[in-house]
Amino acid sequence: MSAYSTNEMMTVAAARRLKNGAVCFVGIGLPSKAANLARLTSSPDVVLIYESGPIGAKPSVLPLSIGDGELAETADTVVPTGEIFRYWLQGGRIDVGFLGAAQVDKFGNINTTVIGDYRNPKVRLPGAGGAPEIAGSAKEVLIILKQSHRTFVDKLAFITSVGHGEGGDHRQRLGLPGQGPVGIITDLCIMEPEAGSKEFVVTALHPGVSREQVIENTGWAIRFADNLAVTEAPNAHELEALRALEARTAAAHGQAGGEE
Amino acid sequence: MADIITLGEAISRHVHDGDCVALEGFTHLIPTAASHEIIRQGKKDLHLVRMTPDLVYDLLIGAGCARKLTFSWGGNPGVGSLHRLRDAVEKGWPQALEIDEHSHADMANAYVAGASGLPFAVLRAYAGSDLPKVNPYIKSVTCPFTGEVLAAVPSVRPDVTVIHAQKADRKGNVLLWGILGVQKEAALAAKRCIVTVEEIVDDLNAPMNACVLPSWALTAVCHVPGGAHPSYAHGYYERDNRFYQAWDPIARDRETFTAWIDEYIRGTADFAAFQTKLAEAK
Repeated sequence: MSAYSTNEMMTVAAARRLKNGAVCFVGIGLPSKAANLARLTSSPDVVLIYESGPIGAKPSVLPLSIGDGELAETADTVVPTGEIFRYWLQGGRIDVGFLGAAQVDKFGNINTTVIGDYRNPKVRLPGAGGAPEIAGSAKEVLIILKQSHRTFVDKLAFITSVGHGEGGDHRQRLGLPGQGPVGIITDLCIMEPEAGSKEFVVTALHPGVSREQVIENTGWAIRFADNLAVTEAPNAHELEALRALEARTAAAHGQAGGEE
Repeated sequence: MADIITLGEAISRHVHDGDCVALEGFTHLIPTAASHEIIRQGKKDLHLVRMTPDLVYDLLIGAGCARKLTFSWGGNPGVGSLHRLRDAVEKGWPQALEIDEHSHADMANAYVAGASGLPFAVLRAYAGSDLPKVNPYIKSVTCPFTGEVLAAVPSVRPDVTVIHAQKADRKGNVLLWGILGVQKEAALAAKRCIVTVEEIVDDLNAPMNACVLPSWALTAVCHVPGGAHPSYAHGYYERDNRFYQAWDPIARDRETFTAWIDEYIRGTADFAAFQTKLAEAK
């Protein structure tokens, strides 16, 4: 087994969560990288849908924007953006919403709007994009982001896209059709919602990562599952496919895709 | 029938101070040339509407053309922040900017409602999100048949929409293809619509069911090759990713930004002159 980076571990672990044949609504950046790695490895028949309109996109390189031309050229069909949200997402045809985030909390709620006060923000982030309705309507949601005190916070300044809300049965009470986030994949570990409370707990540590590292990089009192597992390290096939994808992307764009 | 006129004429005739203006194009076919011309003509107090403000609105906001922004995702795709947008929101420079913030699904539905002649759009959205708490325009409506509570948002009905497309014929019928975003809906939601095109041809040769906007549904068609740079025009040119990266340091600082638009936009007669100047600078 060759050496690998923590970012590679994160991408590979996220890609493995995408089942073959699943219909996946893909966010730009890390989700797009992991979803395309899944398509190139374990899940060749995964259907990738981008909010700009491509359905069944099969790009050879990672897109830099959510509407790169290659997404359209390789798609089974390209529909207007309104149709993506109206027929395909709200219509209930998305199995997995794959999202990134600026910040998450212990219930998998996402902030991509502001740090600080909304009217007088310390940092103005890009905003919602497609995420609030993906988080609401996809049958399930996966979240991928690098873990730190700044990104995994006890209290979000703003809930842009709802996860499990205040926990427990809050999603049902809100009338949300999808079951919400089922996994948060980071460069350190995998978290899943605990039955009942829906609070995210660590269910698997990536190889070589300690509980202390996860605790240090989480803004709430993170808990660990009783049957804590160790993530399987990336295999040669996964690493080869990921590195080839990144090399093709760099050659095509002169910069990496999927690092946001 | 649409008039086939220069972009300068179209902006002068159809974009007025205080107008609600939508420049649409989802990553693809972004009408950059039109934003330049709005700056050149010093239009003021515009209410800008656009799902992804992108560089076109970073320009208009930094140049002092905007009083209000309706949007749903305001970043520089693949690069980072829109610094002029952030400076206006965080520091009120060059003037305060009223923010009317939505999600993509909301805005796409609001354009569909606008094009449909309806006063509002209805969608399943925002339950559990804080956006309705900060945006009084996001309300709810109860379904009279099932009792389900759904989100209701005002339709988008711009005074003028500007889009960029690949082709027009000599009558001003317009054909576009590839990623269509909300361009058709934005065009049909507006009171007036200006379309800039890569080329004007004798015959569109449009396949059946292609996205064609008939001349009689448009106000003006302008021949502006390259007018979507640094975004792309499918079949004509690719996205200029390096320009998006180069924009970051230009827009980061008020002085470098102002110097750039003074030289490249206010200092050029039209988009063709801008393109020549930009090519010389490379």
